[in-house]
Amino acid sequence: MKVADADFALDRREQTVTSAVRDYWARVRGGELGALPSIFSLASLVILFTALRPETFLSERNIANLFVQAMSVTILALGLVFVLLLGEIDLSAGVTSGVCAAVMAKLMTEAGQPWYVTVPAALLTGLVIGTCIGLLVAVVRIPSFVVTLALFLGLQGVTLRLIGEGGTVPVRDEVIVALANDNMPIWLGWTLAVLCTAWFAASQLLRWRRQRRRGLARRPLGLVLAQIAVVGAALLGLTFLMGLDRAPSPAIVLNGVPWGVPLVGVLVITATFVLNRTVYGRHVYAVGGNAEAARRAGIHVTAIRMSVFMIASTLAAVAGMVDASRLNSVTPDAGAGNVLLYAVGAAVIGGTSLFGGKGRARDAVLGGLVVTVIINGLGLLGSPAYMQMLITGGVLLLAASIDALARRRQAATGR
Amino acid sequence: MADVADEKTPVLRLAGVNKSFGAVKVLHDVDFAVYRGKVTALVGDNGAGKSTLIKCIAGIHPIDSGQFYFEGRPVSISTPRDAAALGIEVVYQDLALADNLDIVQNMFLGRERRRGLVLDEASMEESARQTLSKLSVRTVKSVRQLVSSLSGGQRQTVAIAKAVLWESKVVILDEPTAALGVAQTRQVLELVRRLADTGHAVVLISHNMNDVFEVADRITALYLGRVAADVAREEVTSTQVVELITAGRSGDLGLASTAESM
Ligand SMILES: Nc1ncnc2c1ncn2[C@@H]1O[C@H](COP(=O)(O)OP(=O)(O)OP(=O)(O)O)[C@@H](O)[C@H]1O
Ligand SMILES: [Mg+2]
Repeated sequence: MKVADADFALDRREQTVTSAVRDYWARVRGGELGALPSIFSLASLVILFTALRPETFLSERNIANLFVQAMSVTILALGLVFVLLLGEIDLSAGVTSGVCAAVMAKLMTEAGQPWYVTVPAALLTGLVIGTCIGLLVAVVRIPSFVVTLALFLGLQGVTLRLIGEGGTVPVRDEVIVALANDNMPIWLGWTLAVLCTAWFAASQLLRWRRQRRRGLARRPLGLVLAQIAVVGAALLGLTFLMGLDRAPSPAIVLNGVPWGVPLVGVLVITATFVLNRTVYGRHVYAVGGNAEAARRAGIHVTAIRMSVFMIASTLAAVAGMVDASRLNSVTPDAGAGNVLLYAVGAAVIGGTSLFGGKGRARDAVLGGLVVTVIINGLGLLGSPAYMQMLITGGVLLLAASIDALARRRQAATGR
Repeated sequence: MADVADEKTPVLRLAGVNKSFGAVKVLHDVDFAVYRGKVTALVGDNGAGKSTLIKCIAGIHPIDSGQFYFEGRPVSISTPRDAAALGIEVVYQDLALADNLDIVQNMFLGRERRRGLVLDEASMEESARQTLSKLSVRTVKSVRQLVSSLSGGQRQTVAIAKAVLWESKVVILDEPTAALGVAQTRQVLELVRRLADTGHAVVLISHNMNDVFEVADRITALYLGRVAADVAREEVTSTQVVELITAGRSGDLGLASTAESM
């Protein structure tokens, strides 16, 4: 044993940015890719589509469009991250979002209920569906693949029954419609962006200082500052872009951050907090990494297994409502078709592993953006539907291959 | 009532424990005792029931009949939490560490410290490091390393440190040196001795007679799910123990008639 490596040398030595970058690179080569694939593909896709459609792709209007389109994919993927962390799958998340949206829309049009009744009702519907899946998977121990495949079919029937063949239920409630169609006042957007940046910077720096004072393992200050700069630039840059006028005619002004964006932000931040900072989150990772070890540590594995399906289906309800808002209506095929594939693709492209134990809330955002850029870009190119299907399916396979290969590499290098 | 401080009173005693898996009877009327400050070696051939016995003690397998006594009191252990609450810690043959978590997270798994809602990472990291230092663990670079990046000996060390972290009274080690090289075996055996010297009752399962005779104070031999002998180390030779393991008896030691138990 080398002397330099003994006695928690890495924890005691003040790490420099260079050594941290070297460690990071070693981890990447060992198969721990982190956010690299998603950031890399996002950058190359943006460059590609900008080159192919220089007028439209990066127009103010399309950028706002992108974010509105990305909202429901991201929320759905966020729920799936919890399920995937346990190495399980929820194939019914998409159609669950459809059922919940249908419940909300029906309650509004037929019972005349306001949003503060219909939204909880939709959330409750999601929770009930998630509880059923959870019971069947965690208690009865049917593979989640089978349970949710059955529900994938069954729940489409429910939506069809609720809405009726060929029917469409319009969504007119102002609050719901506002989610995807209205924008925050410019001042509010900036205030939120600045507050979030400041809060992120403060929490990161305070944590770093606390770790240094108590002599704990920590990242080098340079990296912390760089991360703060990146997050701040993203938040403020986005607010700026969304603040530009994107009205189709010069007669009116259309600008500001869509209301749905802060909603996604709150959900992602909450999920990050739950996964990284709470006992529950730690147990989710433990069950995903080694369920037997978790069980022996006294963790209630069945309860954890149930809970992730409940979270996924409830978030699916939110995604369904956001989509209903974007489309101003709910149709019998809401949440069917590619919706689930996009969401799983988003989570996996973002870096969440299909094998369980590895994944973060932010994966849903990064992967959600990648998937949306693909859909949106292909739409702008006017590619036929079959091409879009082929390409999106291919991208999911590619992401899953990267996941599997990274895992093999990790096993080979003992990480 | 037995005196807790009494050296003669076992910290943990099992009386007449039986355990079957379906039609297969794995443990027959097992009596077993472990003492404070002593290393008790549990030996037996493959499939003798050693792992099953400790899983019963750990509350992983419910026993069919029999009684546990902890510091003289009759207790029931039906879940891992019951065992942990009594101060019984097990380091399993397969270690049961979560590869995707780091050393600190593994050591505190299931018993995380909190501050309100939030995990108290700082205090957990400090305690983990203290425990590792106390056990003179010198080969770990960072307590924030993922467990998947550790060597076999390091993983074993983490698993043992995890058991010690909890003011445990009984520490059970299932073949801790099985997969280790010479140097790492030495380190782990030293660790085992240190555990006993710091007042733990230690159970060591091992197939290696050198290991057993190096650190054990008492030796309990299991033969096909029955206790063949429970003796002090000084009373037996390595050859006798090997006979107890393979045949269930050795001279006047061991089961009365092995033919009957077959
Ligand atoms: N969960 C189980 N279900 C059914 N049979 C089991 C189970 N666990 C163990 N057994 C059986 O019980 C017997 C004792 O197994 P055990 O693992 O306790 O042996 P061991 O003494 O630890 O052996 P080794 O030295 O190989 O680790 C074996 O015959 C085994 O097949
Ligand atoms: Mg065994």
